[in-house]
Amino acid sequence: MTYKLQFGELLPYMGVLFEGLLFTVVLTLISTVAGVGLGIGGAAARTFGPPWAGRVFVIYVELIRNTPFIVQLFFIYFGLPALGLKLSESQAAFLAMTINLGAYSTEIIRAGVEAVPKGHIEAGVSLAMTKWEVFAHIILKQALQKIWPALSSQIIIVMLGSSVVSQISAEDLTYAANFVQSRNFRAFEAYFAVALAYLGLAIVMRAMLRGIGRLMFPGH
Amino acid sequence: MPLVDIRDVRKSYGAVEVLKGVSLDIAQGDVAAIIGRSGSGKSTLLRCINGLETYQSGSICVDGVEVAGEKTNLRELRRNVGMVFQQFNLFPHLTAAQNVTLAPKVVNKTGETQAMDLAKEMLAKVGLSDKAGNYPSQLSGGQQQRVAIARALAMRPKVLLCDEITSALDPELVNEVLRVVERLAKEGITLILVTHEMRFARDVGTKLVFMHAGKAHEEGPPKALFDAPRTPELRQFIGAPA
Repeated sequence: MTYKLQFGELLPYMGVLFEGLLFTVVLTLISTVAGVGLGIGGAAARTFGPPWAGRVFVIYVELIRNTPFIVQLFFIYFGLPALGLKLSESQAAFLAMTINLGAYSTEIIRAGVEAVPKGHIEAGVSLAMTKWEVFAHIILKQALQKIWPALSSQIIIVMLGSSVVSQISAEDLTYAANFVQSRNFRAFEAYFAVALAYLGLAIVMRAMLRGIGRLMFPGH
Repeated sequence: MPLVDIRDVRKSYGAVEVLKGVSLDIAQGDVAAIIGRSGSGKSTLLRCINGLETYQSGSICVDGVEVAGEKTNLRELRRNVGMVFQQFNLFPHLTAAQNVTLAPKVVNKTGETQAMDLAKEMLAKVGLSDKAGNYPSQLSGGQQQRVAIARALAMRPKVLLCDEITSALDPELVNEVLRVVERLAKEGITLILVTHEMRFARDVGTKLVFMHAGKAHEEGPPKALFDAPRTPELRQFIGAPA
């Protein structure tokens, strides 16, 4: 049996695919910013915060890191309405990705915080800074610098994992591929094109994150 | 009233008592050199003065304010008490000038232009005007320590604590740091130094404190003490003939 590749069949659907790509990019961007923000807060709470806040984040981190992303997504989209919280597909996707990245980045950033020499904290405190000022101005940037490669990888993983949101009909890149192949029955071509798009996206993001790292952390 | 008034301070780490009732007066303009063996409690005492360590009993008052007082605002107290560390502890992600101006900006809300003037003034004081834009990794150990001194001085403290500030330096870099400290002493800033530099303690100090077994074992004018130690412990420590 032979299969004749017909990438031309994708052409009428370029608009759909592009919209899917755009959704994936925006979804990744927003949930990266929010997730890393949450991770910074979590790392701060676990290292500098009151014990109860640290414990809250331990439970959160373990809960998210030890359950599948798709279950977290389904819980938010299908489960929460039972409690009266009805979210759209996009809102559920953003929320699930943010919560997921937040947990992983809490752990990654915490490792960076703990790698900052204690002497820097003492120096900051001796200069009459409060511990939160010390965290914001002295610890955080050094911590991010130390773990930037690990955090970058996690952000890429989350971007790739975002394909799962197609399962709740959030109209991302994978959703677009499903849509296209259900119309023209060109599954190989559709998923091949989308795989290339993810690959390209990952390469571009990696380069961007490296560039951001260089801009943010001069002098090392 | 002494600027720093230490009365019968006791501190233990678990079962180990490090400070066993230390009493000490430091007057305005004093250059107090604290010497003694490792483990005699010198650094611990210094760290108690700005509240980096707590103590179990006794009192330490800086400019009339009790360090461990329940109502004491430690932030306010630490504005008056600068500290320089053995390991410099410069912030590696900031330039020399930014290291100097960080606390004034964050704590005192000093404006950008004023902060730049402050950095210039302080770096000039330690002879590093040309290194304002350098990161710590681009400076020698001696230069890093001088930046750390400039950073502490930028808060215009009433007293500067120096915790073995030349102990982590290569021998040829020790003098540049000591010269800076000597200049500060001449300007009349109140200094409390934990040091192993005996010559410096003798020549620059106005007061010598010999710590032994968790107590201020002997104190007095440096020259007199070095020339005629009263206790056998100090005699042995400085290697004077019995």
